[in-house]
Amino acid sequence: MAILVIAEHDNAALKAATLNTVTAAAKIGGDVHVLVAGANVAAVGQAAAKVAGVAKVLVADAPHYEAQTPENLAALVQGLSSGYSHILAPATSAGKNVAPRIAALVDSAQVSDVVAVQAPDTFVRPIYAGNALATVKSADPIKVLTVRTTAFEAAGEGGAAGVDAVAAGPDLGLTKLVGRELVKSARPELAAAKIVVSGGRGLGSGDNYRNVLEPLADKLSAALGASRAAVDAGFVPNDYQVGQTGKIVAPQLYIAIGISGQIQHLAGMKDSKVIVAINKDSEAPIFQVADFGLVADLFTAVPELAAAL
Amino acid sequence: MKILVPVKRVVDPNVKVRVKADGSGVDLTSVKMSMNPFDEIAVEEAVRLKEAGKATEIVVVSAGIAAAQDALRTALAMGADRAILVDTDAEVQPLAVAKILKALVDKEQPKLVIAGKQAIDDDSNQTGQMLAALLGWPQATFISKLVPGADDITITREIDGGLEQLAVKLPAVVTVDLRLNEPRYATLPNIMKAKKKPLETVKPADLGVDVTPRLTILKVAEPPTRSAGVIVSDVAQLVDKLKNVAKVI
Repeated sequence: MAILVIAEHDNAALKAATLNTVTAAAKIGGDVHVLVAGANVAAVGQAAAKVAGVAKVLVADAPHYEAQTPENLAALVQGLSSGYSHILAPATSAGKNVAPRIAALVDSAQVSDVVAVQAPDTFVRPIYAGNALATVKSADPIKVLTVRTTAFEAAGEGGAAGVDAVAAGPDLGLTKLVGRELVKSARPELAAAKIVVSGGRGLGSGDNYRNVLEPLADKLSAALGASRAAVDAGFVPNDYQVGQTGKIVAPQLYIAIGISGQIQHLAGMKDSKVIVAINKDSEAPIFQVADFGLVADLFTAVPELAAAL
Repeated sequence: MKILVPVKRVVDPNVKVRVKADGSGVDLTSVKMSMNPFDEIAVEEAVRLKEAGKATEIVVVSAGIAAAQDALRTALAMGADRAILVDTDAEVQPLAVAKILKALVDKEQPKLVIAGKQAIDDDSNQTGQMLAALLGWPQATFISKLVPGADDITITREIDGGLEQLAVKLPAVVTVDLRLNEPRYATLPNIMKAKKKPLETVKPADLGVDVTPRLTILKVAEPPTRSAGVIVSDVAQLVDKLKNVAKVI
């Protein structure tokens, strides 16, 4: 049986999360097919065909896939599902949105946020904000999984898969995209960055967040992140949030500044290779997971650190 | 418009759970339980819609053991009108919950279902999307704003890299994110009043739903622990460690 990976893309380029998902699919074993559903997505299909380990690319190109609404996308995948033993999507906002809809349509109990593949029907996933790891076995004929991208390497280039056009599914017309406000940033994408500079409530305000953290992030070519407390206080938009209900990151270096280290935050960053914590409270729980801790006033220590690099 | 809100009783978000020594699950004996925080936001939104004259009745539903009534009573105290407990001792997984909710939606005929985006115990993030699929309704997940119209709702949802606005035809299922609202605390008089509000109990079989788990949990283990590192004395020492010990910059 073959495995279907639902590609994440913006109709112009393939998103990196797809590459990690292809690696997870390859670990299950079987032909890996990638579905690119969108509008005018020939280039995305070609890019997917070059990913190592991909046996075939399916392209569904139709205007009603431009916004990639989950209703239309899930209906399309349901139509294709009979040829597959597994359907995988990355555990990103888009993947989390559509995968359960697909799972219900094919009557499958989804396994969310897979961090390891133990057998074609057995997977490991975090529960309770990552405070426990559950090994779960699925008995469903079609297994639907979302993949935690930080747990799998990105598949490389070097593939030469065939690209097949597939007929579009129905346009259900249930939702209409009114608009998107995407933050344009020259910084690396938070979930894929090698270095993340992250700020918490200790920064006190949005202005302080920017004035203190941006020079350091600039020096390190780092992505900027935040704790939920900083997001809730309105310092930064939600898509900066690292944690159980935000983004899961595992960079080479994670610098937590003015972050106390609630379990919900640790759930999103504790797999980082090296963790640095800067906090004036020596009792802050963040120091229990930090490789290097600096007990100091962040308003003096962070500019000093930026200057020293 | 009638609104249905599913709620779940979960381990309180401030509790750090421990894995049982035999690896069969996490130890929930004498641990503080609460309503799932995202479900509180869902209830709050429904109550605000009712206060604004946009909703007529709020029905809250929970599937689980008899103690799940606690979450329902809290929702009633926040302002929901009546509650349905789907009483079962089985471990109800998201697909089974979605099937239970589908049966109740068929019976209750709400125009809108407002659910939390995920439960903080199993972190599945599935039920709302599954319910929408089973009903053939549109879905809007992770919403941070909801503006009701006559035949549709306009919502803002949080996506990677920013925000998205969708016009969603009713009936619909939405799942809520943290920034939608700040849930109220139930006041003591309202907690007293909630005890008199109707709470109906049904069994999954009454709804024609088989809740037998489809996923078998083979093992639950502690994640690898990270040991605390060193405390550095100043910025210069930190830079030295990062450059020469960790070699990450």
